[in-house]
Amino acid sequence: MARFEQLLVEQIPRLRRYARALSGDPALADDLVQDTLVRALTRRHLWMSTRGIRPWLFTIMHNVYVNAVVRRARVAERSAGPEELGQVPSAERAESDLQLRELDRALATLPAEQREALLLASLEGLSYREIAKVAAVPIGTVMSRVSRARERLRQLVQGRGDAPLRRIK
Amino acid sequence: MSKQSYRPSDEVLQAFLDERLSEPQRERVAAAIDDDAELAARLAALRRLSEMLHGAYDPVLDEPPPQRLLTAVIAARRPLVWRAAAALGWLAIGALGGALIATGLDEPAPPESVALVRPLPTEAAFAHQVYVPEVRHAVEVKADERQHLNAWLSKRLRHPIEAPDVRGAGYALVGGRMLPDAGRYAAQFMYEDGRGERLTLYVRGADAARPSAFRHVASDSGLTVVYWVDESLAYALTGARPAEELLRIAETFYRAMNP
Repeated sequence: MARFEQLLVEQIPRLRRYARALSGDPALADDLVQDTLVRALTRRHLWMSTRGIRPWLFTIMHNVYVNAVVRRARVAERSAGPEELGQVPSAERAESDLQLRELDRALATLPAEQREALLLASLEGLSYREIAKVAAVPIGTVMSRVSRARERLRQLVQGRGDAPLRRIK
Repeated sequence: MSKQSYRPSDEVLQAFLDERLSEPQRERVAAAIDDDAELAARLAALRRLSEMLHGAYDPVLDEPPPQRLLTAVIAARRPLVWRAAAALGWLAIGALGGALIATGLDEPAPPESVALVRPLPTEAAFAHQVYVPEVRHAVEVKADERQHLNAWLSKRLRHPIEAPDVRGAGYALVGGRMLPDAGRYAAQFMYEDGRGERLTLYVRGADAARPSAFRHVASDSGLTVVYWVDESLAYALTGARPAEELLRIAETFYRAMNP
């Protein structure tokens, strides 16, 4: 197995986490990851190993997301796939599932570009410069998207009374 | 002269939280926070948000990735037969992940028990490769006996089935055939465009009668399979087309069957 494929496989969990948060839907998220992987393979010659593979993959996913979500939306309601059919959440996961749905909903109220910038900054730990490259926008735009998204999310979460989203470590 | 003149941005604070700063930078930020309650509050807000996101989405990191994602990577550089092997689960990629991949995938031996039912895209791709090159015997029943073809295959599959009419998209029905599939019956419809390029639509009973989104696998040899589940049937459209194009064509087929 070539090094490139190995790098891709290693990135699958991270890509799935980001896609899950971005799309708010497990099956759609895996479609997004699959399309990203397929595209990365066909464009492998465009990857410069000097650049980390994750920002590059996030860039591809950004483009896939922008292009494909519109098309996939048509079949989105039909999106339970064979892999998902057997999975029934266990009882002890009920509470975290509830938190997850709350957060999915809160994120869904953000404009897509703000959601993307926030997740890349707060969840994926990309620098603003890297995010600017992913979304192909100036760094100042990234800065304002991230801070607006953080502010909106903070209000949304606080607006829910005792905040079921809050997680105590 | 005061350290308070240094006010790190949210970006730097986030990097501080994520432990991405160099040691001198980290110390500088830590000192600034000690001196500035407002800064400490901003950091606390960022930390809450970060913990919330990680708390909600980090469990995804521990899930075994779906087989189709691993197959998409590993199979793309392999001839179709290896993709088929991977899809069959001979390679046990899901469980072993990167370790096995690193050691290479040459000549895996099938384990004792190989599932009788092969994954839909594998079965469809095999059937495609077998019958598409045939000139005289590409199909059992030709398109001019369309009604008989539909009735016959519906009876065998025990489900009403019809060769979709996609002439509007430039694909004429060549005909169809019945195929054995793990002790059951499957159907293959063959289509041809104006240049003689062929696509096949493989249909069999679905294991789980829940509709799914379009999924696809592609090989370096240029063959792509788009597959989905609808009603209680599973469909796989196979052709030597790029994935994006075949996905569009698959939607045309889907619409023709769900007007």
